Amino acid sequence: MKEQRINEAPAIVTESLNLWYGTFQALFDIDLEVSRNKVTAMIGPSGCGKTTLLRSVNRINERLGYVRTTGSIEVLGHDIYEPEVDLVQVRKQVGMVFQRPNPLPLSIRDNVLFGHRTHRERGVKVSRQDEDEIVEKALREVLLWDTVRDRLAGAATELALEEQQKLCIARLLPVKPAVLLMDEPCSALDPNGTEAVEELIWDLRGDYTILIVTHNMAQARRASDECVFMLLGKLVEHTRTDKMFVAPKHQETADYIEGRYG
Amino acid sequence: MFETTTLNEQNRTVEKLWRTLLLVMTLLLILPVLVILAVLVYKGGPVLSLDFLLTEPTNGMTAGGILPALIGTVWLVSVALLASVPIGVAAALYLSEYAPENWLTRALNLAIINLAGVPSIVHALFGVGAFVLFFRFGTSILAASLTLAVMTLPVVIVATKESLQAVPQAFREACWNMGATRWQTIRKIVLPNSISGILTGVILEVSRTAGETAPIMFTGAAFFLPFLPQGVFDQTMAMSLHLFVVSTQVPDVPEALPYGVALVLIAMVLAMNATSIAFRTYLRGRKKW
Repeated sequence: MKEQRINEAPAIVTESLNLWYGTFQALFDIDLEVSRNKVTAMIGPSGCGKTTLLRSVNRINERLGYVRTTGSIEVLGHDIYEPEVDLVQVRKQVGMVFQRPNPLPLSIRDNVLFGHRTHRERGVKVSRQDEDEIVEKALREVLLWDTVRDRLAGAATELALEEQQKLCIARLLPVKPAVLLMDEPCSALDPNGTEAVEELIWDLRGDYTILIVTHNMAQARRASDECVFMLLGKLVEHTRTDKMFVAPKHQETADYIEGRYG
Repeated sequence: MFETTTLNEQNRTVEKLWRTLLLVMTLLLILPVLVILAVLVYKGGPVLSLDFLLTEPTNGMTAGGILPALIGTVWLVSVALLASVPIGVAAALYLSEYAPENWLTRALNLAIINLAGVPSIVHALFGVGAFVLFFRFGTSILAASLTLAVMTLPVVIVATKESLQAVPQAFREACWNMGATRWQTIRKIVLPNSISGILTGVILEVSRTAGETAPIMFTGAAFFLPFLPQGVFDQTMAMSLHLFVVSTQVPDVPEALPYGVALVLIAMVLAMNATSIAFRTYLRGRKKW
């Protein structure tokens, strides 16, 4: 894995990606390059395919069974639709955060360790002390350590929503993913929670490539380096965020971000 | 402007009528239960005593106690549980957690529904053919219990599936998205959060078999045995068959005796149900979501 991290291929590259749900085509010839260790926001009206595109990057869409894909998606320079690719390895490298926080019905500590234990080699014993370190590191990374350090054995589902969402991010980190996919991670949170999670996302860039779907223009503007605008299953525009919000190239983009559409 | 109109009045009367009617229907429903219990306690109560529970029948079953039948029923239900729970839970896990939506799954579900509809006497004949004769268990606790187990499998599967499906789908998705396999998800999340429901549901369903007579009378339950079963290859007396026997087959049984047997049988089933309901209530209070 090391030399792949060093090589400078973009984090995610899709080439003429088409996707059908049954007979309905949801994505049309998507060519996208997501830069490493930056936050890329995907915006666009409901049904434009941004969530579909996001979900293709760790192949969760396939669970529906009637999804058909053509084209390719490369993560860290490797096509994840190749037949020899193991989904478990894809999901280890590409973590996903959902709209509604979904902590598992376990303690906070066990939530953070869940992924790590899942991917641990059979028979490998990890001391309690090492596990404690993993938990502390992950929780510190998501700025949650000071809030929960005294109740790691408490139920994760009793945390405030915003803390739950941070925990859901934290539990991805111990397996050292390269990419974090976030599907409207703040839409279930109140304004304070939203701000806290946005700050966290901004904080995590540099260490992780973050691809985030949002309906919130202000959020895309505040908390992303690059911005992708999608419409009706097509990628319309992809530029630096400051550029897109100041001088969008396409009329549709301008209409959408100024609220004249969708 | 806010006064009652005639229409309001009429609607209110109709409303009251329906409400009362539905309440009466519901009350009618519990009437038989109350009457049965009252009659049993009134007529059977007098024969109840520790001796009744702890001694064997005497004088051609017209006197004495019911110990062999009591112990026999406990044997039958326990062995049936041991057989039906692992198979039923495994099948339910497959159907709930693995089975893809295809013709095989649909056929399996259909088979389970149909199995639940098979009359108990047919199960009894199947038990004779399969367990008593083909597997050569003879008429024994094992053959009778396996027959009971086959009969209860559909309800065990349904009860287990319901408990499994009560675990929110979001938990499974969260696991899968961290790369956990189906089995890892089941073992770490689904089972720990549904095992209480599964066990209580299953005990509740299987305890009902304590009252079944047809499936055991050809496969392992005996008319009269003056000793207790020593193992699964012995025949045994059973409460349900004993009740049938003392009510209809034996002359000069004192009137109170069958009522006493019935009362003990009902008390056994109710006690098992009450325990499992209490267990469930207790465990539900400790759910983590």
